[in-house]
Amino acid sequence: RTMLRVVLSRTFPRISGISNCQYSAAAIPVPSAQPEVHYNKLFINNEWQDAISKRSFPTINPATGEVICQVAEADKADVDKAVKAAREAFRFGSPWRRMDASDRGLLLSRLADAIERDTAYLAELETLDNGKPYAVSYSVDVPMVVKCLRYCAGWADKWEGKTIPIDGDFFCYTRHEPIGVCGQIIPWNFPLLMQAWKLGPALATGNTVVMKVAEQTPLTALYVASLIKEVGFPPGVVNILPGMGPSAGSAIASHMDVDKVAFTGSTEVGHLIQQASGSSNLKKVTLELGGKSPNIIMSDANMAEAVEQSHFALFFNQGQCCCAGSRTYVQDTIYDEFMERSVERAKSRVVGDPFNMKTEQGPQVDEEQFKKILGYISSGKREGAKLMCGGGVAADRGYFIQPTIFGDVQDGMTIAREEIFGPVMQILKFKTLEEVVERANDTKYGLAAAVFTKDIDKAHYISSGIRAGTVWINCYNVFGAQAPFGGYKYSGNGRELGEYGLDNYTEVKTVTIKVPQKNS
Amino acid sequence: MITYLCHLLNPLRSSDMVRFLLTSSVLLLCLSVIWGDQIFIDNEWHESCSGRKMPVHNPATGDLLCEVEEADTEDVDKAVQSARAAFQLGSPWRCMDASDRGLLLNRLADLVERDRLRLATLEALDSGKIFLMAYFVDLMATVKTLRYYGGWADKIQGKTIPVDGEYFTYTRHEPIGVCGQIIPWNFPVMMFAWKVAPALCCGNTVIIKPAEQTPLTALHMACLIKEAGFPPGVVNVLPGYGPTAGSAIAHHMDIDKIAFTGSTAVGKLIQKAAGDSNLKRVTLELGGKNPNIVFADCDLEYAVEQAHSGLFFNQGQCCLAGSRVFVEDSIYEEFVCRSAEKARNKVLGNPLVPGVDQGPQIDQKQFDKILELIESGKKEGATLECGGGPWNRNSLFIQPTVFSNVTDDMRIAREEIFGPVQQIMRFRSVNEVIQRANATHYGLAAGVFTNDIDKALTVSSALQAGMVWVNCYNAMSTQCPFGGFKMSGNGRELGEYALQEYTEVKAVTIKISQKNS
Repeated sequence: RTMLRVVLSRTFPRISGISNCQYSAAAIPVPSAQPEVHYNKLFINNEWQDAISKRSFPTINPATGEVICQVAEADKADVDKAVKAAREAFRFGSPWRRMDASDRGLLLSRLADAIERDTAYLAELETLDNGKPYAVSYSVDVPMVVKCLRYCAGWADKWEGKTIPIDGDFFCYTRHEPIGVCGQIIPWNFPLLMQAWKLGPALATGNTVVMKVAEQTPLTALYVASLIKEVGFPPGVVNILPGMGPSAGSAIASHMDVDKVAFTGSTEVGHLIQQASGSSNLKKVTLELGGKSPNIIMSDANMAEAVEQSHFALFFNQGQCCCAGSRTYVQDTIYDEFMERSVERAKSRVVGDPFNMKTEQGPQVDEEQFKKILGYISSGKREGAKLMCGGGVAADRGYFIQPTIFGDVQDGMTIAREEIFGPVMQILKFKTLEEVVERANDTKYGLAAAVFTKDIDKAHYISSGIRAGTVWINCYNVFGAQAPFGGYKYSGNGRELGEYGLDNYTEVKTVTIKVPQKNS
Repeated sequence: MITYLCHLLNPLRSSDMVRFLLTSSVLLLCLSVIWGDQIFIDNEWHESCSGRKMPVHNPATGDLLCEVEEADTEDVDKAVQSARAAFQLGSPWRCMDASDRGLLLNRLADLVERDRLRLATLEALDSGKIFLMAYFVDLMATVKTLRYYGGWADKIQGKTIPVDGEYFTYTRHEPIGVCGQIIPWNFPVMMFAWKVAPALCCGNTVIIKPAEQTPLTALHMACLIKEAGFPPGVVNVLPGYGPTAGSAIAHHMDIDKIAFTGSTAVGKLIQKAAGDSNLKRVTLELGGKNPNIVFADCDLEYAVEQAHSGLFFNQGQCCLAGSRVFVEDSIYEEFVCRSAEKARNKVLGNPLVPGVDQGPQIDQKQFDKILELIESGKKEGATLECGGGPWNRNSLFIQPTVFSNVTDDMRIAREEIFGPVQQIMRFRSVNEVIQRANATHYGLAAGVFTNDIDKALTVSSALQAGMVWVNCYNAMSTQCPFGGFKMSGNGRELGEYALQEYTEVKAVTIKISQKNS
């Protein structure tokens, strides 16, 4: 346990901060490595249903490659059914539409309470299905889910329209109305957290939801569906469909009666979603896509802190983060020392059974990702980057990869341009401020960036100069439900979380009334 | 509030309530056990420095409920020290995540919900208000207010501002500091929540003085605040009198802000005290003489009912009371007749008994003042339609009273009565009624009943009042700001607007080497 504290406070400084507060996670309970799966069907209209096709698919434990269970596989016909339920729940005059905004907030708070109550179980299930270390599921993913839902709950009755002093004898006001039926397609890297990021703002603002969860990791989302029913959301408000992208996902994106689609995943699929909207009903689209985020270390930075944070920035969650700091730019005068320390840190990273409390890194999510990452590692070697550590498979079963670091990486190399989504760190050398900003921006992505420096001018120069939706200064991966998250350029469209996140789930209606005589 | 009242009309709910009430009267003794009768400072219970106590009575019976430690200047000093320490830079309260402040407020709401029956019982015993109202209106509003501000805590956002030149500017919304809060006796626990919730959500510390008539629910809240886990010194509750403890708060050199709800006369004293001492920020929620304007094209039965509850709710002891009902000429007689009928049908009695809809006035002083104003109405020539005197000898009950043919210059049309006395005036035109409605130094609330959208919008724009209700009255909610124009007050409570009253804005400007858009 002491070890764990060290690991956590090293990799996730926010946790140790919270532990001063009485509401922090207490000691982490010993997990069951074989949590029982309670739900494996489609959740439509608050009922559990088989797929219309009767098809199912296996979900795999990535630590062993073994099948956990079969899960009902949604297809177009099931999407139609779910959209009908969501549309009915959104009907003018329905219980959901008539509900006080504060009661919508209360339901979200209750959902947060239920998830908090079941933290240990949800963390076990998340680790089983996704492979992330249980200590992280338990102390990072689930608490962040709870915080996100509570945060959004508070917004429900605070999302205010305006009265507007227009010219003429008119009275003008805006109503912030929900968009309607929202399709949401979420990824496998943070299954629970991405579900909360999507549901929180959509429900706080009064929409109904048809959500497709990733085929790799459907289990926790389905358990949360049961909690959604338990706390009292009306039928049809949230519908959860496990299924594949090209079938269920595509049906959502192309559906003529889905008013909005929100997608988190690869840039490649983001293109498809935007196209589908264009060729169907022009549904509103928000996208949170890939990244190749620069992490810039200036020579005046606190070395130990920069090394540790850069390690965390890339290796957190097996490197499976869209905001992973996958281009670490280090100023030339400290390059060698930084490299040496980073390699030392990567070598000490504990890879193994995600249910073991000492484990820092579990398996990659599936065989496809596993092979893709190994392919990138080969390309790095081939294109002349210097392999400093790792570079291979880390276990004889499951999808484990050694923490890998490449030095002398050049901007043109594949590993410096493409999103690897694995435990592979690229370290690049730079000389000047202007140079590094230009190189950092030389990418189609623009999700996140960081700079480590003690110099206030440099911090401001870089944070203004970088084209990215999130910039961290002397920290990395700091997420608060209160702060918006999203990408410039090919990294996406729109923002999630914070007050900004609500915009993406709201239609603004301007109401103008003729009055006999206007007065200020 | 009206939405809660509507629940009362729902027959299913009513039978639930009766069952509730039977249970509650059986449990009354146990429920009315008083958890706190001392001064609450630094999360501890204290005796008063002076050794004095004050009696707390049940206004329905005159019985002594208990004695409570009476705070005075020395106790205020002690509380300020504790609140100041809790506000120190680096203290647990200052270092806490905003979302955790919100969580604490939500926990407090949960505890109030848990103790709802107990708090409602205490409130009814201590203030004489109808138990069912206390349970459904006061306690519901208390819980909702705490939850609402729980949600705001981590949404009070500063801005980054595109200033001219090579600078980066942002604002921080910081808490003001130690806030003194003085609350009245008409909605004791609800006012407690209205005051502490926004103050705490913004990160302030609080010294709150409940009214000497009704300290019990505030002291129970103190217990719950400690139980919820607020750090010591964040909230301090000091029962005491206005001229001693209240004045000490208003004059204190180390209190950064004062919020007061009560009479306009005392509001002036508070403002002066702030000027005489340290220029502490002042928000005031004071009296009203609120116009309620009924046009001939309205739904008459509904308007009569709303105007009736708009005045008689809470024994008429509301700063919001619609105490000047302006009725259009053509429906005047009918309106008066139906209003008097409604008032006559009111059931007075023990506030704990189901079916009773008016309890006693709060104390002898208020009782005497109301009767004196009723006499003035008779003397000055208003027509007494019903009521007009005390009910049940040797008690603090007053008959529901309706005056018609009231003219604007009468005392009952100018002064705040704060009792079950309804004034009905006659008007002819829109312009006339606007002018008459505004001819008062108050400006708290107003009502308009009409089906005509032009009249509704014209009148609601023209009235000088902080709240205007169209085809409703007392329709309050925690999301909606509340406060007065003119001598009805200063600042707003509730809603997002209230946050401004509990924050200092700090603009931070940093020189940078090169600005870019």
